[in-house]
Amino acid sequence: MTTATTAPPLDVERIRADFPILGREVNGRRLVYLDSGNTSQKPRQVIDAVREHFERHNANVARSVHTLGTEATAAYEGARAKVARFINAPSAEEVVFTKNASEAINLVAYAMLAASVDRGSAVDPRFRLGPGDEIVITEMEHHSNIVPWQLLCERTGATLRWFGLTDEGRLDESNLDDLVNPRTKLVSMVLVSNILGTANDVTRIAARVREVGALLMIDGSQAVPHRPVDVQALDADFLAFTGHKMLGPTGIGVLWGRGDLLAAMPPFLGGGSMIETVTMERSTFAPPPARFEAGTPPIAEAVGLGVAVDYLTAVGMESIAAYEKELAGYALARLHEVPGLRIIGPDTTEGRGATISFDLAGVHPHDVGQILDAEGVQVRVGHHCARPTCVRFGVPATTRVSLYLYNTTEEIDALVAALEKVRGVFG
Amino acid sequence: MDIDQLYHDIIMDHYRQPRGRGLREPYDVQVRHVNPTCGDEVDLRVRIVDGKVADISYEGMGCSISQASTSVAHELLTGRTVTEALSTVERFHEMVGSRGQIEPDESVLEDAVAFAGVAKYPARVKCALLGWMAFKDAVVQAQELVGGKDE
Repeated sequence: MTTATTAPPLDVERIRADFPILGREVNGRRLVYLDSGNTSQKPRQVIDAVREHFERHNANVARSVHTLGTEATAAYEGARAKVARFINAPSAEEVVFTKNASEAINLVAYAMLAASVDRGSAVDPRFRLGPGDEIVITEMEHHSNIVPWQLLCERTGATLRWFGLTDEGRLDESNLDDLVNPRTKLVSMVLVSNILGTANDVTRIAARVREVGALLMIDGSQAVPHRPVDVQALDADFLAFTGHKMLGPTGIGVLWGRGDLLAAMPPFLGGGSMIETVTMERSTFAPPPARFEAGTPPIAEAVGLGVAVDYLTAVGMESIAAYEKELAGYALARLHEVPGLRIIGPDTTEGRGATISFDLAGVHPHDVGQILDAEGVQVRVGHHCARPTCVRFGVPATTRVSLYLYNTTEEIDALVAALEKVRGVFG
Repeated sequence: MDIDQLYHDIIMDHYRQPRGRGLREPYDVQVRHVNPTCGDEVDLRVRIVDGKVADISYEGMGCSISQASTSVAHELLTGRTVTEALSTVERFHEMVGSRGQIEPDESVLEDAVAFAGVAKYPARVKCALLGWMAFKDAVVQAQELVGGKDE
């Protein structure tokens, strides 16, 4: 991330030409898509790859001796290798395909639940939870990184704790040593907030997690699509992210886990492909990642994600991060010109992504979103599956603009012009 | 679709100057309804006297559509018999859920016909219904309460 200034500039017009949907109109206006934090649009390369998979190579994976099965398996495993390289995982076997980031987080939570109810001595104590143990999250998590841990704590008797936030929308690490302590079994936290846009520096927390012998899980859903993420540099144990926010199809997510941890984890879902031997009484299980991929996986979706990773790599993650930083700076400056608009989250380009939430005085976000839509501007309104964060900042909901590599400063101008219309209706 | 059809003058008027807002005593039942997708909330109380809706009082936060429609419900349903009020709720529900296929009966719905435009915005139907569904829920609970007392 530090070399972002030296990355080659991104040619946004050339990129836009790859995204067919950007040519359409909405309500008689040119589409202005500012909701990539919700889901990203897909380049022609990804759309073509998914279609070509079904047209030319469709078969089930990991169980066919025939040619199509071999091709499909090679494509599926090839996508795994691409994803592994993309996040600098030491081995492709550390990449587990899931259906989304929520399932990736739940996979770890349910493996810990399974370990906690298993009375056998073979269970790795790192995954076993009981009364007195603690799980730590933060107040800026998406519901998908809150609810699985609430459920796990309720079911095991462990205690859920969390980092608070500063008024600027930063993580409050002042009580780090108290929050992360020898009772802590796992810290799970977001790398870039989906509502505030805050980019967290996990260095101190990771060091403290190592000191107390806990595990560190990172929700990278809003980070992996937008900036270089290196799991070895992060010193994390698990990383969850999702394909559809990074130009890939829906229905494909990723759990990266350190090899020794995945190898020690009990299975999550049982079924085909995840076993070694099955008798009527009991089963033994395949090594990771197959152990965690029961049933026919999302094959075409994985292939599409592999091509999305190729696309992002070709553009360059450093270039994307630098471009988005420029866009965020332009957006913040233009939004400051709108009377009554308050940014919820960091009001600077430092330590943030290109996702910006705001409150427009006297107008509910639902109404903001409706009038923006009439102008062709697509934003998300609501609590963004991060209700505790909204409560922390005293708003029931926000309007959120989330930018990506295909957005332009002209689109931000269109947003600001549309916000003037909102003020006209509600003025 | 013209956005002005959604943000009808009557809706904006009720949003800016809500009628009957604030939680009042006495009441029979209080309910809280939320729209989990967007965080809109309404706390609503009903008072039933001699089979008539004697008062509807409420507090809430949310978008113009949810707040204005609750204000219109207060104005339209207060003073009606419970049977009439519930039947009006059904008519309102039909209208906003109709995707614009039902021509609203202005003699029954009065100012509430202003919400006919909402029917063309499926994402906003829940907003328009929030206060009305809270009212229906509260009335049903109040009737159960009365039924319980009779036995």
